[in-house]
Amino acid sequence: MTDLNIITLVSVGAHPTSGRARRAEQDARAVELGLRLAGERLQLLHAGDPREETLRAYLGMGLGEMAVLEQPPGADALPVLADYLRHAGAQLVLTGSQAETGEGSGMLPFLLAEQLGWPLVVGLAEVEKIEKGQAQVLQALPRGQRRRLKVRLPFIASVDNAAPAARQSAFGPARRGQLQASEVAIVDDSLLAEAQLQAARPRPKRLKVIKAKTGAERMKAATAKASGGGGQVLKDVSAQAGAEAIFKLLVEEGVLR
Amino acid sequence: MSDIIRRDPRAEWIARNRLHPLHAAMQKAETSWMGPNGIVRKNPHAVGFIGPNGIKRIDRSGAQQGGSGKRTTASAVVQLPLHVIEQPAFYIAVVPDMIGGRLSAHDKDLLGLANKLAGSDGAVVAVVFGEYKENAFDTAGVDRLLHLDGELFDGYAPEQRILALGAVESQLAPRHWLLPDSRTGGGELGRRLAAKLGERPATRVWQVAEGQCIGRAGAGREDLVRRAPRLILAAVECAEPVSDSRHEVRPLELQGKIARNLPRIEDLGAVAVDPALIPMAEAEFILSGGNGVKDWTLFHRAAVALGATEGASRVAVDDGFMPRNRQVGATGTWVTARVYMAVGISGAIQHLQGIGACDKVVAVNMDPGCDMIKRADLSVIGDSAAILAALIERVAAYRQAGERDAA
Repeated sequence: MTDLNIITLVSVGAHPTSGRARRAEQDARAVELGLRLAGERLQLLHAGDPREETLRAYLGMGLGEMAVLEQPPGADALPVLADYLRHAGAQLVLTGSQAETGEGSGMLPFLLAEQLGWPLVVGLAEVEKIEKGQAQVLQALPRGQRRRLKVRLPFIASVDNAAPAARQSAFGPARRGQLQASEVAIVDDSLLAEAQLQAARPRPKRLKVIKAKTGAERMKAATAKASGGGGQVLKDVSAQAGAEAIFKLLVEEGVLR
Repeated sequence: MSDIIRRDPRAEWIARNRLHPLHAAMQKAETSWMGPNGIVRKNPHAVGFIGPNGIKRIDRSGAQQGGSGKRTTASAVVQLPLHVIEQPAFYIAVVPDMIGGRLSAHDKDLLGLANKLAGSDGAVVAVVFGEYKENAFDTAGVDRLLHLDGELFDGYAPEQRILALGAVESQLAPRHWLLPDSRTGGGELGRRLAAKLGERPATRVWQVAEGQCIGRAGAGREDLVRRAPRLILAAVECAEPVSDSRHEVRPLELQGKIARNLPRIEDLGAVAVDPALIPMAEAEFILSGGNGVKDWTLFHRAAVALGATEGASRVAVDDGFMPRNRQVGATGTWVTARVYMAVGISGAIQHLQGIGACDKVVAVNMDPGCDMIKRADLSVIGDSAAILAALIERVAAYRQAGERDAA
């Protein structure tokens, strides 16, 4: 579509139930978005083990090669990625919003943007057009809403589940693709020294605590119907007056656009 | 008033039934009376009155006989004790989401966590951007309120907001920054702030205790346990909201002007989204029709005019007026709309369960006694067709006026 230089950062994901390694859901969506924008010229970048077979699932989406910055597990990916991107000459860097393994804090795009001094768009849903060094994009908001933003190139965008769903990965291209490993300096992540990962504990369910001093009050609280009273009731008014009252409330709540 | 004694058998029955919800309200305040056999009977429970702290007081000097002899309803509003921090030893800064200008449940949980971290000598500062409609900051646990208003912060201006938060950081140097890890802004703002301050945040935190915090990591299969850092992005239900104290909500001013930055991201405004394509469970504004709707074409026109997602009660779906995937309620979709408008729905309990998470409910109904009216924040009693038609007209006039202003 455009002759844009786009890099998508990809990671190795984990299936939410089995924990088996897979292509990460949001990263795959970022790749999909990049493919729609740049086609085969899209570049993929991963920091980690180049012998990881799961990475080939991204290549199976229709790409010939992927750059891998070779790192042992537990190393900090941020400085090497920042170094690489500083010299890669990309106009747009796409990432998922958080990793599926490790800390998964979702800080990477923010820290990269801070280090590179680029603007960051969170929750990119669609790139509408790119002209004169500016991109017009749609940002996904909660509740299915969209916001239009104009942002200067180059910029970083993170992608969440509102982005277009990723295409399937084909087996043949995945086998044929090349993983280009390169040596980088290894920086250890300081967090792992002080924090430990453990299997997720189920969150305690919040109890409905009734602060009542007497048994009758407790009984009342237990038998009460969903919040009664308190509302304004308009009776014997004309349809116009009723509509006006509803209209006022809708405007006040800001749902009428 | 006449002196005729009127008996209310039902009230007497309630007064005898200790388990009845209205039992307390129906108690006579008499402390002694002549029994049927000529013996003076006393009720020791009726002596005294309820003091301002909700504790029963007995004034034996006879000067005050509180809680006059009249029968009163038991729903006296209890004034919660005021929590005053004159000279805070440190600050805990909270940046609530303020969806629709009000504190969300997530924000309240976060303020509860902030109060836990503040203990008895720290003060909780809420940093609020733009206009707000909230009037219960005191019971939510806000000691200091820093209100940053101005057109700088209007719309989507994360970079400007981060500058302002940086100014707050240098003025108050809060011990902790707490933000909701939500998609509605808190998660993004918190991470931007973390990148700006160079702090490594704890994200998706669901428990903070004894200097340690636990947050979900990765895809949610693991927990990360670590020392609580300065910046915490907390998940929903990270702590109990404040419930038993009032706070002073003292306004706080930011010294010095906030630098104005050249925005690198320009907000071009919201994009019209087809409301029918938004999944009902997360739609913001739902117009729902039930048995009382007779003119369904008018109903659909109203939904288009209002820009609302359509919903329906079970009856409307069973009768074939709406598709099954539009049913709201226990057997259909549990909706989370901010504004839910129920037209001709009487409010079966299954339906009311389905709209339990809705903020504002508007009811249009013929029957003033139905359950939906009891749940609604605004109800209009009348013919739904006439009211919908009037509403369409009113909204059309509003839209036209808006276009004329813009032109």
